[in-house]
Amino acid sequence: MSIRVKVLARPIDDVSYVRATMKGMALTFKHMINPHKVTVQYPEHRDPLSARWRGTHRMLTNEDGTAKCVACGLCPAVCPANCIKLVPGEDEHGNRYPLVFEIDEFRCIFCGYCQEVCPEEAIHVGRHYENAEYSRDGFVYDLERLTAQTHPVCEMWDPADPKGE
Amino acid sequence: MAGGVLPALLPPMLQRIADPQAPPANIGFFGPISVPLIYTIVKLLIVFTVYMVGVALLTLAERKISAWIQDRLGPNRVIKGWGQPLADGVKNFMKEETLPAAANKPLFLLAPALAFIPALSLWAVIPFAAPLPLRWGRMDMVVADLPIGFLYILALASLGVFGVVLAGWASNNKYALLGGLRSSAQMVSYEIAMGMSTIPILLLAGDVSLGTIVRQQEQNGWYVLTLTVACFIFLVSAFAETNRLPFDLPEAESELIAGYHTEYSAMKFSLFFIAEYANMVTASALMATLFFGGWTVPFWHAVNNAPWAWWKTVITLGAFLFKVLFFLFFYMWIRWTLPRFRYDQLMSLGWKILLPLSLGYVVVIAGATLGLDALGVPRTPVHGWPVYGLCLMAINIVLIVLLFVVADRGRLISPASARIRAVELERLRAVRDRSALAHPRVPGPAGRTTSGAGD
Repeated sequence: MSIRVKVLARPIDDVSYVRATMKGMALTFKHMINPHKVTVQYPEHRDPLSARWRGTHRMLTNEDGTAKCVACGLCPAVCPANCIKLVPGEDEHGNRYPLVFEIDEFRCIFCGYCQEVCPEEAIHVGRHYENAEYSRDGFVYDLERLTAQTHPVCEMWDPADPKGE
Repeated sequence: MAGGVLPALLPPMLQRIADPQAPPANIGFFGPISVPLIYTIVKLLIVFTVYMVGVALLTLAERKISAWIQDRLGPNRVIKGWGQPLADGVKNFMKEETLPAAANKPLFLLAPALAFIPALSLWAVIPFAAPLPLRWGRMDMVVADLPIGFLYILALASLGVFGVVLAGWASNNKYALLGGLRSSAQMVSYEIAMGMSTIPILLLAGDVSLGTIVRQQEQNGWYVLTLTVACFIFLVSAFAETNRLPFDLPEAESELIAGYHTEYSAMKFSLFFIAEYANMVTASALMATLFFGGWTVPFWHAVNNAPWAWWKTVITLGAFLFKVLFFLFFYMWIRWTLPRFRYDQLMSLGWKILLPLSLGYVVVIAGATLGLDALGVPRTPVHGWPVYGLCLMAINIVLIVLLFVVADRGRLISPASARIRAVELERLRAVRDRSALAHPRVPGPAGRTTSGAGD
């Protein structure tokens, strides 16, 4: 046997065309003369971002201007999109630092795991979203560009204060 | 030599050479060029300019009204939004003109013009204001006061479908062709209802000249009151004729990409766009002229009648523009309220409802006029009371209540799923169970069918 398609009975008795049209027109007219305008005039006015907004990355720096990163390798390990490229180096005092640290913002899914996992609180996702580029290469942010970013960084979710109050 | 011509021409141009209240005489200023001809050329230029600028502004109005209805702001960047039509025009001029390799080139190029010209030429016969008295004779505010004005409109309006059909066919594109096919079916279908809905007007006016129709309404009341049902049918048909929502099946975006103008780009596409708005303006002007008293101002007989004066022309022009703009707004209002009809619903509405309705209405109005004439009710107002019109109005009120309140309840136009009667359902199931499709033959182990004559 074939599938029995269940056809719901339409409330045929209430159906109308002319009256329903007039009802709809009254509604649209009401909206036209008394609009609930919600449009934001974007370049001039911007709605504030959430404190937990995860956007373009930013690398924090020490007082001497070098990146806080110690090249532990946790962020490339945790990254689900595999968008972080890290080549560790070591100076004469035995301090590790990143020789190469690149994030492909095109591949990044902005999950924020890198910030979550970082023991030095060096790499952060930022409260920033205007990251358009003219070429794909422009989306690969190197260490210099990551440290040069100035936008505020994301505040991580705090289990003690789940609503961010 | 040249110095002698101008002074010789100036006196007749500046003098009051004719009765301003009478039509201009056929006096030649420049040899064969006569006053009526100069009047016509002046009116042509003015009407064409105002019309084209108005159409450009209409695109802005449409976008603004749609935005307001949808709680948006609409275009507000180019000179606070006012420069938007100009920006659109510049954009369309700069764009690449595409010409599909498989298209029929002559028809492909001809189609946009064919869509546009009928809409524009319809304006020639629409009277848009009271006559203007000038020193060279009265200037009637209609480009060409054709005695067959109304028939001219019906004839040219039906030409509009050619542009759409040819565009769809010449594009050599399946979506465009489907759009063209739909539009031909739709426009031809609704043209009949449209023509039928205007017959009651001719019955009352007794003339096909638009000037006479306007004059009749000034005396006996607007036809929207005395011929309400015809007005409604005409309105719906006009929506269908101009391919506006809820009848925009020829270009149904969700089904046909852009319908008949899928393959058009740049200014050729823009011309289709302009044609749509030009059609809207023309249909609005027709609505105003045929059913809403044209350029006349209600209850102000002094301004509607001779002797003519320039201020009367201005006021009546304002009245006409107000009516036309109201209908243009109405077009947009409807567009942003109602969804598109399905194709079968469109056809059902046109052929099964509007056509019989308009035919029936012709019979009712013809019967009513016959009855009223037999009863000796005068067609002209009695002591300022349009008795004839009031009688017709009473008939219309009854019809409106019957149609829109009683009949428009619990009925579906071409429903998607009708509930079948139980007997019919059993019969259909029996047919299905008898068919081979219900019991497909099972392939045997060697790929042969196991069925034989015995089973």
